[in-house]
Amino acid sequence: MGSTNSTLLKIPNVEVLMQETGFSPAHIIRLHDRFKALDKEGRGHLCPQDFGAIKELAMNPIGDRIIGAFFSPGKEMVDFHTFVKILAHFRPVDKDRPKEPNSPELINSRSNKLKFAFQLYDQDKDGKISRDELLKVLRAMLGMQVTEEQLESIADRTIQEADLDRDDAISFEEFRKSLEKVNIDHKMSIRFLR
Amino acid sequence: MESYLFPFDSLICMLLGISFTVLFTLLLVFIIVPAIFGVSFGIRRLYMKSLIKLFEWATLRMERGAKEKNQHLYKPYSNGIIAKEPVSLEQEIQDMRRGGAEPEFDMSDIFYFCRRGVESIVDDEVTKRFTAEELESWNLLTRSNYNFHHISTRLTALWGVGVLIRYGFLLPLRVTLAFTGVGLLVVLTSIVGLFPNGRMKNYLSDKVHLMCYRICVRALTAIITYHDSENKPKNGGICVANHTSPIDVIILASDGCYAMVGQVHGGLMGVIQRAMVKACPHIWFERSEVKDRHLVAKRLSDHIADKSKLPILIFPEGTCINNTSVMMFKKGSFEIGCRVYPVAIKYDPRFGDAFWNSSKFGMVNYLLRMMSSWAIVCSVWYLPPMSRMEGEDAVQFANRVKAAIARKGGLADLLWDGGLKRGKVKEVFKEEQQKLYSKVLVGSSEDCSRS
Repeated sequence: MGSTNSTLLKIPNVEVLMQETGFSPAHIIRLHDRFKALDKEGRGHLCPQDFGAIKELAMNPIGDRIIGAFFSPGKEMVDFHTFVKILAHFRPVDKDRPKEPNSPELINSRSNKLKFAFQLYDQDKDGKISRDELLKVLRAMLGMQVTEEQLESIADRTIQEADLDRDDAISFEEFRKSLEKVNIDHKMSIRFLR
Repeated sequence: MESYLFPFDSLICMLLGISFTVLFTLLLVFIIVPAIFGVSFGIRRLYMKSLIKLFEWATLRMERGAKEKNQHLYKPYSNGIIAKEPVSLEQEIQDMRRGGAEPEFDMSDIFYFCRRGVESIVDDEVTKRFTAEELESWNLLTRSNYNFHHISTRLTALWGVGVLIRYGFLLPLRVTLAFTGVGLLVVLTSIVGLFPNGRMKNYLSDKVHLMCYRICVRALTAIITYHDSENKPKNGGICVANHTSPIDVIILASDGCYAMVGQVHGGLMGVIQRAMVKACPHIWFERSEVKDRHLVAKRLSDHIADKSKLPILIFPEGTCINNTSVMMFKKGSFEIGCRVYPVAIKYDPRFGDAFWNSSKFGMVNYLLRMMSSWAIVCSVWYLPPMSRMEGEDAVQFANRVKAAIARKGGLADLLWDGGLKRGKVKEVFKEEQQKLYSKVLVGSSEDCSRS
């Protein structure tokens, strides 16, 4: 136990971080502790192997893709700020926070949550989910439990339903439209304890 | 000028001499003699009670101090940072379907896996077990308080006094005792080894082992409460216990006589091992023999078959866990087919963290930390013996024993392998997830095609 100020002061630009992400000081401290626990060699940043060491994540069929979401292309390190900003996507939407007209979009807005999910599909980051990419995700989630034909038929059906401009790929807008009725806030949010 | 200093010199020498003699006598009377006979003056229990009162006062003081300064106290929740919903995969997927539609693949299915993945990044069950447990109150050891911060002068002064006592008085005392204990063990077991094999030798060997372990227990100021001693392990059986630190061996062996199992070491450990085996048969394996499972199993079963030999002490987790949970038991010891005597060991973390994080500290470092803590307080429960039932395989038996130990010690029963501390997750677990998901999708589409 100790007062929170001493730990908060050790984190650079923590005010900005809290402002941007909406996490409370207690949350930031807990995430900082978690960051330090994952950063076993104390380098101050995380690399893909540190994420890979989390057993429950290794068990997740799309674990590799989730890890990839933390690292921007070409970068092999994630610092604390980036770590928190990406986790901020999963904060529940603040219903009582007034939407200021000129403020930048919140990290945990519905749109940004969808964008996060979209990039899990769209690995080459060209803005579209091609048939190939869809097949890869399906293979990851289903493993060896289904045949190639079943996978292909699922993929074809999905693209048929969602692809509105008939370019045989799903753009972000089409993705968003197909998930109109899904309660994104509930499904893509993690309940942080006080 | 110098002649003035001489009387002081001899005075100092005399004082030193007297204090050493007094200290040594006290040591002998209060610690070593009771260890030999297995009695206790109750000094350690009194010490423990006063420490508890002290810690409670310190915690209150910190809370009050923080309130005065209008700061928030960082109270670590041992339950975790996020609330994980225990909703199964099937339920989730069904919820996500827009009511009434056929359960086919939907782009939103990925949300479930995504959320679970990020939840495990923020907080996962396994990594927590391999770091020391977080405490709710402060026990005046800086090492267990991540945010040590000057709250009040009185508290800092108390901490300073604590440091002086622990490092200036307790540590030297304990190190002396430790050396005495180990030295006596080596010397006395070698002497007992000279006796011809027989009842006299066994009797002496038991007494010698018990005495030396008791001295070691006092060297750590370990305050142990044994429960259900009527279930103590008997000859011809295996004793299994959960593993938190190398000290577990000393704790169990000071209350009963066991045959130890382990790898042959060099150096001081090797000397101790060789001396111990002279007095009574322990099982030490060469490094090369360890890999050969059949050889290991054979040696263990041979030992058990001989009813005159002591029960074997084994820690099936294979590695040190942080004493909040019990991890997967390796099935080797459960395949032998003899009676198993489970023992649960639970440490009280308020007095000193006994967990050995072998990736962070070496053995010597760890022992020094142990000896400079306030005390090691733990409870040992002897559970009734178990045997493998008809139709039960070794793995199921191991899990049954593990569940019993976890329940008694109040620890979480996890199916994760302790080897996960170092190794990778087996593909099997990932396949389980994939199987579940495909059942929801493909299983239901089969129903559709039938209708």
